[in-house]
Amino acid sequence: MLVSINWLKQYIDLDDITPEELAEKITKSGIEVDSAEPIVDQIKNVVVGYVKSCEKHPNADKLNLCQVDVGDEELQIICGAPNVQAGQKVAVAKPGARLPGGMKIKKAKLRGVESQGMICSLQELGIDDKFVQKEFSDGIFVFADDVEVGEDAIERLNLNDTILELELTPNRSDCLSMIGVAYEVAAILGKDIKLPEVAIDYVDDAATDHVQVRVETPELNPYYGAFIIRNIQVGPSPLWMQNRLIAAGIRPINNVVDITNYVLLEYGQPLHAFDYDRFGSKEVVVRTAEKDEKIQTLDDVERTLSEDHLVITNGKEPVAIAGVMGGADSEVNDETTTVLLEAAYFDSLSVRKAAKDHQLRSEASIRFEKGVDPNRVKEAGLRACQLLEQYAGGEVLSGVAEFNGLDVTEEVVTFTSDQINRVLGTEIKADEMEDIITKLRFSCERDGNQFKVTVPTRRGDISIVEDMVEEIARIFGYDNLPYTLPEGAGQAGRLTEKQQLKRKIHQYLQGSGLNESWTYSLTTEERSGLLVSPEVREQEPVPVQLAMPMSESHSHLRLSLLPELLASLQYNIARKQNDLALYEMGSICINHDKTVTKQPAEQLRLSGALTGLWMNHPWQQEKKPVDFYVVKGILEGLFEFVQINGVQFEAGEVDGIHPGRCAVIKVKGDTIGFLGQLHPALQEEYDLKDTYVFDLNLDKMYEYIEKEERYQPIPRYPSISQDLAFVVDEQVPSSNLLQAIKDAGGSYLQKVEVFDVYQGEHMEEGKKSIAYSLLFQNPEATLTDEEVDQAREEIIQTVKEKFNAQLRG
Amino acid sequence: MKERLEELRNEALEKVEKAENIKELQDVRVSYLGKKGPITEVLRGMGKLPAEERPVIGQLANDVRESIARAIEDKQTELEKEALEQRLREETIDVTLPGRPNQVGGPHLLTKLIQEIEDLFIGMGFEVAEGPEVETDYYNFEALNLPKGHPARDMQDSFYITEEILMRTHTSPVQARTMEKHEGKGPVKIICPGKVYRRDTDDATHSHQFTQIEGLFVDKNVRMSDLKGVLNTFAKKMFGEDREIRLRPSFFPFTEPSVEMDISCKICRGEGCSVCKGTGWIEILGAGMVHPNVLRMAGFDPDVYNGFAFGMGPERIAMLKYGIDDIRHFYINDVRFLKQFHQA
Ligand SMILES: [Zn+2]
Repeated sequence: MLVSINWLKQYIDLDDITPEELAEKITKSGIEVDSAEPIVDQIKNVVVGYVKSCEKHPNADKLNLCQVDVGDEELQIICGAPNVQAGQKVAVAKPGARLPGGMKIKKAKLRGVESQGMICSLQELGIDDKFVQKEFSDGIFVFADDVEVGEDAIERLNLNDTILELELTPNRSDCLSMIGVAYEVAAILGKDIKLPEVAIDYVDDAATDHVQVRVETPELNPYYGAFIIRNIQVGPSPLWMQNRLIAAGIRPINNVVDITNYVLLEYGQPLHAFDYDRFGSKEVVVRTAEKDEKIQTLDDVERTLSEDHLVITNGKEPVAIAGVMGGADSEVNDETTTVLLEAAYFDSLSVRKAAKDHQLRSEASIRFEKGVDPNRVKEAGLRACQLLEQYAGGEVLSGVAEFNGLDVTEEVVTFTSDQINRVLGTEIKADEMEDIITKLRFSCERDGNQFKVTVPTRRGDISIVEDMVEEIARIFGYDNLPYTLPEGAGQAGRLTEKQQLKRKIHQYLQGSGLNESWTYSLTTEERSGLLVSPEVREQEPVPVQLAMPMSESHSHLRLSLLPELLASLQYNIARKQNDLALYEMGSICINHDKTVTKQPAEQLRLSGALTGLWMNHPWQQEKKPVDFYVVKGILEGLFEFVQINGVQFEAGEVDGIHPGRCAVIKVKGDTIGFLGQLHPALQEEYDLKDTYVFDLNLDKMYEYIEKEERYQPIPRYPSISQDLAFVVDEQVPSSNLLQAIKDAGGSYLQKVEVFDVYQGEHMEEGKKSIAYSLLFQNPEATLTDEEVDQAREEIIQTVKEKFNAQLRG
Repeated sequence: MKERLEELRNEALEKVEKAENIKELQDVRVSYLGKKGPITEVLRGMGKLPAEERPVIGQLANDVRESIARAIEDKQTELEKEALEQRLREETIDVTLPGRPNQVGGPHLLTKLIQEIEDLFIGMGFEVAEGPEVETDYYNFEALNLPKGHPARDMQDSFYITEEILMRTHTSPVQARTMEKHEGKGPVKIICPGKVYRRDTDDATHSHQFTQIEGLFVDKNVRMSDLKGVLNTFAKKMFGEDREIRLRPSFFPFTEPSVEMDISCKICRGEGCSVCKGTGWIEILGAGMVHPNVLRMAGFDPDVYNGFAFGMGPERIAMLKYGIDDIRHFYINDVRFLKQFHQA
């Protein structure tokens, strides 16, 4: 809402406060003032001038040589505007004048002839093109005859004004009107308010003899009033009115339209003027539209209506979409002489729906959507009649043709001052509360500390005690509220075990050299199904799709964090950042049906993507690209760090992963994720070199955590280590061999580790050698050689039987 | 014989002096003090001497032996010291060359800030509550006093999946869900961090995905001054002890009264500058007293219980705190951005 200070001064005395101070006070009391700025930059030395003569410039066809009387002198001014004529009163920037944008006016010679100033267009005075009336849009502005030559043109144009831009919250629609703002400012400043007096000189002819009103849908249109004003002369509205409209951001059109807009701004009540003679009947019928019914609106667009839309009809066809826009056929034009003026109360949801469906949100529809004051509907109509009488030569017929089923009951709120103080933590005296309520102009009955407040209908946002708490608090001032801390026994707060786990994982991965990343949860349709972990894939999920996505790049919910994480790698590599290790913790959304029927399950996942060099120490010639085992090592460390035991990495297959470099990760046979190199084809799609990824199900990981930590005595007896190397077929997975060794090694075998893998020269084709180092330990006694030898023999025999493994060397 | 011994002593001491390494010193030891050495030789010829001279010569011979042995020992110590020094010299490296790089990763700035805020409120007795990002219309709106068709739903235009299911537009549904679980019994004292989604076109200041942290305290006799006190404590700990707060009335459907909290501008200290748009204050969060309808719908009796709630945007706080100029930085993962916030 744009509020002209000059206009506001009509209702309330603001002489002792600057616009900036006022803005600050309004903001602190509840309505944020976004800006308080002069309507145009400081302009000086622009006066009203009278064009005494206007002749062609001797040396230029398109220029005119004008003699202009500016009161104290006569200036010779060269003007290029096509509409300049002798006899006009115009705005003249005299030499030394300063115009918006810092332009300075000086005497100058134009094509050999001296020019002593400039005749101005409204645009040159800083008014936005879109507010300038059509007749002046391509030339200079011409005053009506009621201005004095030599007086300050800026003042006459009302450009010495400051505009407050109010950022209104949805509950404060009462301030979508100048009168509403005046009430608010009066309450804040504790001042009196002066409202317009509506007095009309009715002609002796009843409106009801010329029009009837019938409302078929009273719940959507509880009030409809039709006024008739005849003998209208359509023409420009007075300059002050035009200026106020411009200040509020509305373009002046003609006196009839301008008056309805003016009252809309003043009362917050939208009105509509029909051309009575072209209305099509003498009956206003309000009903819902029929399916596929058509109307040509006054923006010359044919619109197709539905049963959701409320329409004003002449009994036959629609003449307006209620509260949204009128029809072209009955629009007021230059020939209009009789106006049917509509003042109505339309249901907010209905207007909202229609405005949305037709993409016609206007000053009018916004006010209906937020709800207008039921007590001011008719009054606003009368105010418009008064102005039409004053400024359009109209004669107002007596009475109004109306349908009235409007509820104008005022809300009553009762409370005690103690109640208010208890909620606020204050000690405001009952007297002071009464004073605040009086400033708000709510009627108040008080008995000691008992209050009974009747809230005027303009404040439709107030109906319960809590609303009154707010009203009292904001006028009392939040600055005056004390600082306290909650009373009662202090509670201990702490993270849950799962929240702690998440933090631990962050710590570990960051300590291991990975950078945490955040990608968008919404991705493309294609990416939403990419790189899905086997245990998720198994559930045959269907990616969840937004009903109305804003773009294809964010249309579907992800089933894996990896596709977007890979896009982050791609982004960095395009910027020459080649060595990357990123991870993300985030949820995926698992839906099982083609259409979403219930809230889908979410699952927390931990994913990472690494590419480039893992280690780079150039001057010592140490360089190691990231590989499968780097990533596997990070994960093994992670499982150890968070205490998940018995994790197995099994060769497996995942779509989008290199089939020979892919491990499915399991705990106790349950798949919790995977690890692998990106498939070369996918790498190419993302413009990536060798890239390794992992993806883990954090919810499942949490289930497998060994929550109890146990103490094991430090061994007091010496251990014995043994190395064994076996030759096996190259397909035999090392972990199978290792498991067999563990199983056969007896209870003293504490640890088995691979320390060498060999394949190639001196080795039979299709065979490999794997060497293990074994550590034996008896916690109770010193081990004997016999015990170790026995275990060793057992191992050799077992792996020979199971894998045809030959002991090497 | 006496002369011979003195001569040997001088000769030996000279050789010790000249020895350049342990080996040469060993040679001196062997050749002079060994069993076949010249001193032993001299002593062997002592039988030819008169009896009264024998002890004198014997004494002298021992002196000579000892002085040579001592000289060798001293020299050896000296040579060993030199050898060690030599070794240390040879082993010297350029300590200014760079070390073998250790991989260092770090948190995302949002995680870091959210954890910081979580910890601040945990310190004030709050717990951290989480909930789904794909929500029902009921928890996202209706339970929060935003019935269907409420104009305030426009304030947060949403990504719907079906008519009843949508991407949550704030983390408030977690508050509603948590309250419900308490079955009408307080206190409830939680903060809810998480991702939220709104129909915004991504640009420098808008993002269709962002984060929120909301807080809720429901108990008997909660006062608005408690809200002011808690927020003041938070603001001072988070932004600095010298910062002031102010509350401005505002509107949220789920609180009544509703306020917005500003903190004093750090840059201009309240004088007004471009960062605070000349006001001296910077908007940080929205808050208010929980609306009785919200309490009622979550199973709490508003005549017995009341409470306060607040909500803030970590992106906005991060942008203010670090002067970050583009919200998209948080979701693009440019490592040159990520690596700036590694400090623990
Ligand atoms: Zn500032």
